[in-house]
Amino acid sequence: MTFSYYPGCTLKTKGKDLETYAIKSAEVLGVTMEELEDWQCCGAVYPMAKNEIATKLSSVRALVAARDKGQDLLTLCSACHHVIKRVNNDMANDQNVQLKANNYMALDVPYTGETTVIHYLEMLRDRVGFDNLKKAVVNPLKGVKIAAYYGCMLLRPSKTMAFDDAENPTIMEDFIKAIGATPVVYPYRNECCGGYVAMENNAYATKKCNTICTSAKEMGADMIITACPLCMYNLDANTTENNLPVLYFTQLLARALGVEEDAQ
Amino acid sequence: MSHNKETLREIVIETAGINPRKCMKCGKCSGACPAYDEMEYHPHQFVSMVEAGKIEELMNSEAIYMCLSCFACVERCPRGVEPASFIEAARLALIRQSGKNHLKAEEIPAKLNDKLPQQAIVSAFRKYSK
Amino acid sequence: MQRIGVFVCWCGSNIAGTVDVHKVAEALKSEPGVVISTQYQYMCSEAGQTLIKDAIRDHKLTGIVVCSCSPRMHEATFRKTAAAAGLNPYMVEIANIREQCSWIHKDMEVGTEKAIILGRAAIAKVHLNAPLVAGESPVVKRALVIGGGIAGIQTALDIADAGFPVDIVETKPTIGGKMAQIDKTFPTLDCAACILTPKMVDAAQHEKINIYAYSEVAEVKGFVGNFSVKIKQKARMVDTTKCTGCGLCVEKCPMKKVPNEFNLGMDKRSAIYIPFAQAVPKVATIDPTACIKMKTGKCGLCATVCEAGAIDYTQQDSFIEEKYGAIVVATGYNPINLDKYDEFAYNQSPDVITSLEFERLTNAAGPTAGKLLRPSDGKHPHTLVFVQCVGSRCDVANEKGKSYCSKICCMYTAKHAMLCREKYPDTDVYVFYIDVRTPGKNFDEFYRRAVEEYGVHYIKGMVGKVAPQADGTLLVQGSDLIEGEQLKIKADLVVLAAAIEPDKSARPLATMLTASMDTNDFFTEAHPKLRPVESPTAGVFLSGCCQGPKDIPETVSQASGAAAKVIGLLVKDSLTCNPCVAHSNELMCNGCSACEKVCPYGAISYEDKEFRMPDRTTAIRRVASVNPAVCQGCGACTVACPSGAMDLNGFSNSQIMAEVDAICK
Repeated sequence: MTFSYYPGCTLKTKGKDLETYAIKSAEVLGVTMEELEDWQCCGAVYPMAKNEIATKLSSVRALVAARDKGQDLLTLCSACHHVIKRVNNDMANDQNVQLKANNYMALDVPYTGETTVIHYLEMLRDRVGFDNLKKAVVNPLKGVKIAAYYGCMLLRPSKTMAFDDAENPTIMEDFIKAIGATPVVYPYRNECCGGYVAMENNAYATKKCNTICTSAKEMGADMIITACPLCMYNLDANTTENNLPVLYFTQLLARALGVEEDAQ
Repeated sequence: MSHNKETLREIVIETAGINPRKCMKCGKCSGACPAYDEMEYHPHQFVSMVEAGKIEELMNSEAIYMCLSCFACVERCPRGVEPASFIEAARLALIRQSGKNHLKAEEIPAKLNDKLPQQAIVSAFRKYSK
Repeated sequence: MQRIGVFVCWCGSNIAGTVDVHKVAEALKSEPGVVISTQYQYMCSEAGQTLIKDAIRDHKLTGIVVCSCSPRMHEATFRKTAAAAGLNPYMVEIANIREQCSWIHKDMEVGTEKAIILGRAAIAKVHLNAPLVAGESPVVKRALVIGGGIAGIQTALDIADAGFPVDIVETKPTIGGKMAQIDKTFPTLDCAACILTPKMVDAAQHEKINIYAYSEVAEVKGFVGNFSVKIKQKARMVDTTKCTGCGLCVEKCPMKKVPNEFNLGMDKRSAIYIPFAQAVPKVATIDPTACIKMKTGKCGLCATVCEAGAIDYTQQDSFIEEKYGAIVVATGYNPINLDKYDEFAYNQSPDVITSLEFERLTNAAGPTAGKLLRPSDGKHPHTLVFVQCVGSRCDVANEKGKSYCSKICCMYTAKHAMLCREKYPDTDVYVFYIDVRTPGKNFDEFYRRAVEEYGVHYIKGMVGKVAPQADGTLLVQGSDLIEGEQLKIKADLVVLAAAIEPDKSARPLATMLTASMDTNDFFTEAHPKLRPVESPTAGVFLSGCCQGPKDIPETVSQASGAAAKVIGLLVKDSLTCNPCVAHSNELMCNGCSACEKVCPYGAISYEDKEFRMPDRTTAIRRVASVNPAVCQGCGACTVACPSGAMDLNGFSNSQIMAEVDAICK
C-alpha cells in the first residue's frame, strides 16, 4: 500500500515524533508513505469565509499532486487533515472556490475534488484494519489505561470530515484496544483544548486543558494520546492541574510494534 | 475604509455564506460553546446581531478573538446556522481593513517558547492577521 | 358540429383581479362552435349555476367550457349542473384560469392572454368530447384496519358498532400500541392502561371485529369497494386457539435474558413471552431468535409444561386472503433513534433516557415497579433534566433530525416534570425548552401548573452537551437565554424528548396501497383541511400518527372521523365508476406488454383473440384488455403504448392533441 503523504509544517520541526514513529510503524504494516515534493504549509486553520480563495491554494496543490500520482493523500497532523479535507470538499462542491482556484492555478486538467484524503488513523482502521494491526503487535501495552484526545479538527464538522461519530467517536479507542491497552472514555475527549489561542492567551488555554486532563484523570487514565502537535503542546505545556503524560498515538503504535527505539 | 451599517451586514452575511434567518433561537450553540464564559457576545447573539445589522458592535468585541473555532456550534446547530462562520466573518470585516491586524509580527518573538509548535504561530496569524 | 357555451368566472377578485374576464368572454365568442360566451362573478354559486343551466336549455348546447378554478375544486359541481340541465356531465370542460393563470401572474395583460389561450384549448377539446356513461361496481362490506394502537382500535370499534365487520392487522403479538406503554395521560393524568385496556377488551370481544395480531399486510390488490388483501400471519409457535394465556411457559422458560421491548430494553423477558398482563390476544409467542429449542433443537420445556398442548415448534408463517371495501391505515409512530445525538450522551450513559423510557420507569408494571430509579445504579435521582426538541424542528438539510415539530413532547414533558415533583418532592426538575407549545383544551393551564404549583424550573434555552462524570452524575451544560448565562447542572437523570417519526412499515405499505406520502413518510391526506382523514387513493383512510404527529385525544377524533368515512362508504351497495378509463384498439395493439408493465393498478391483462385478416384467413393475436372496474384512468398506458393503441376515454390522444394545437395556434 502506497500513499502520497502530506507532513505539514510542525511535523518537520517541533512535532517530529508524530512523524518518525508513524513512518517506521507504517513500514512494519506494509504501508509506504511517499512524501509529496515541494508541499506547502496548509495554513493550519481552514478558512471558513466563503470569499477566501488564496489561503486554500496550498491545500489544492497537495491534492492535485496526489491526484497526478494516482494516489490517496495520507495526512497525520489533525489540523492539516482538517484543512485539506475541507478544501477538497470545497473543490468538489463549492463552484465559486472550484472555478477561482482552477482559474488561478491554470492546471492542464482542472481539479474537482477527486483525491481521497485519508488520515493515518483512518488508514489503520479502513485499509490495514485494526484486526490486522492487532496481529502485528509484538509488544502489547497490557494494563495501560489510555485516554484518547480527539479535539475538534478530526471530528467536526462531521458532515465534511466523516471521520467518526463526532459526539461519540470510537476510532482511537479501537486503536488503543488493538495495541493491547485499555481505552478510557471521558466526556471532554472531543472538547477544544484552546488551540491557537495558546499563542497569545495562555491562561485561557490552560482553563480548557485543565478541564480535559482532570476529566481524563478522574476516569482513571494513565496517559493521553493525541494526533495533533498543537493539542499535544497545550495538554502538555498549558495544563496546570491533573497533568498526565501526553503522547502521540504513533509513539504507542511504534512501541506496540516493537520499533519505538528504531524510530529514534 | 468604512461601510454603512447595511453594507457591513451584507458583507458579513456573504462572507459567512449563511442565512441568519434560519436561526430558531434555541440557544444550543451557546449551550455547547466551550468559550462561552470568555465572550461578552455569545454564539446565538452573533447570529441575531448580524441579522439586526449590529456588526460594528461585534467587530469591536473581544468575543471575536475568543472563539476557538472548535465547530461545536456548527456541529450541533439543528438549523444549519453556523455561528462560528458569523464570528469569523465579523473578525474578517475588521482585520481585512488596513492596519487592523490583531496580531502583529513584531509581537511574535516575545510570545515564543521552546515547545511552541509552528502550527500555533501559523494558525494564530491566519486567524488574527491579514 | 358542437354547440358550445363558454362561462367565464370572476371568482370575485381572485380571477378578475388579474384577468380581464370581459375580454376573455368576448374573445372566446368567435371560436368555432361557440354559440354563447358570458361571464359572471361566482359561477359556482346558485345564480351562476342557474345561468349555465338556462344557457344549456335556451341555446341547445351540446358542450360547455367553464373558465374558472382548478377542476379539483369544482369540476364535479359543474358536471352536476350540466346533468341537471340534461347535458351529459362529460361534455363539461374546465379551463383553469385561477391556479394556472390569475394566481401566478401579476400583469393583467399577460394573465388575460393566457386565459384566452386556456379557454381556446378547452373549446378545442369539447369538440371531440363524447357523452360517457359511468358504470357501477359493488362494495364489499368489510373493512381492514392496519395497526392496532389506540387509533386502529377506535376506528375498528366505531365501524363495527355501525354493524360492519372489521379486521385489525397488528404486527406485534398484542394490540395496544404506544398507549399501552404510557403511564399517565395529559392533561387529566388518568392512567393510560385504565382507559385503554377496556377498549382492547371491547375490540377482542366484539362480534364484528377480528384481530390478526402478530400479522402483516403482504399484498394489496383491487380498488375502492373491492380490495383484495393478503395477510401474513407470522408463526408464533403457539396455537392461539389452544393457548389460555396462563403464563406457565413464560415462568418455566430457561432463556430469560432477552431485552424486553415492551419496557424498551430496560429489563429482560423470556424467549416465550406475553408482552404485558393485559395483552390482547393474551397468548404466548416464541421469539425464534432467542428460543433455545428453535436455535439448537434442545430444551422444549414450554411444550412439556403447557397443559393445553398449545406449543408447536413446527408452525410456519401462514397467509390469509380477504376482500375489503375500505382500508384504514393506523400504523402509528416511533421515537427516532438517538445514535446521532450523542452530545446528549444517550449511548454513553444509561442514565440518559428517552421520554418513552421514562414512562416505563414510572409505570407500576414497568421494570422498577413504578419507582423512579436511575438505570445505572438503581438509586433515587435527585436532580432531573428534561431536554425538549431532540431531533425535532431541524433544518430540512439536517440529516440527523426531522423538520417538523413532534407536537406531543411539550405536554408529556410537563406531565413528567409535574408527576416527578408530585411523587418525589425532594427532586429538582429542570426543563430546557425552545418554545413551550400547548395548544389544546386545558393544556396551557396544565403546563402553568407544573411551573407555578409544582416548581418545575423551565429554562428557555437548549442543552449543548451532557458529560457523564466519574462520580456517576451527568454534567448538563446548556444555555439560559433569559438569564444570559451558560448553566452547568449536575444531574442524576437526563430525559430526552426524542422526535417522533412514522413507523418504518408505513413506506412499503404506502407502495402497496398506492397511497401518497410526504418527504417525512407521513401519509398525505386528500385535502389538508377539508379531507383530513382520507388518502387521495380512493378507499384508503388515515387514522392517527401515520398522517402526522398527534396526541391521544386528536388521534381518537381522527380515528372516529376515519370510521365515519368508512361507514359512509360501506353503507353503499355499489359505487359509481369513473368512466374515464383506458381501452385498447385491438386492431392496432401489437401485444408488447408495455402498458401492462406500467399500469399501477393491475388493470391490464392480455388475451389471445382470433382476428379475421384482410386475406380472409384468421389469425390468433395477443392483445391488451383493460378491466374498466380496476382502471383508475391515470393514462400511464396511453403514454407507454408504442403503437398508439391505448386510449383514455375523456382524455383521448386526439383530444389532447387538439388542446395542444389550440394552445400553439
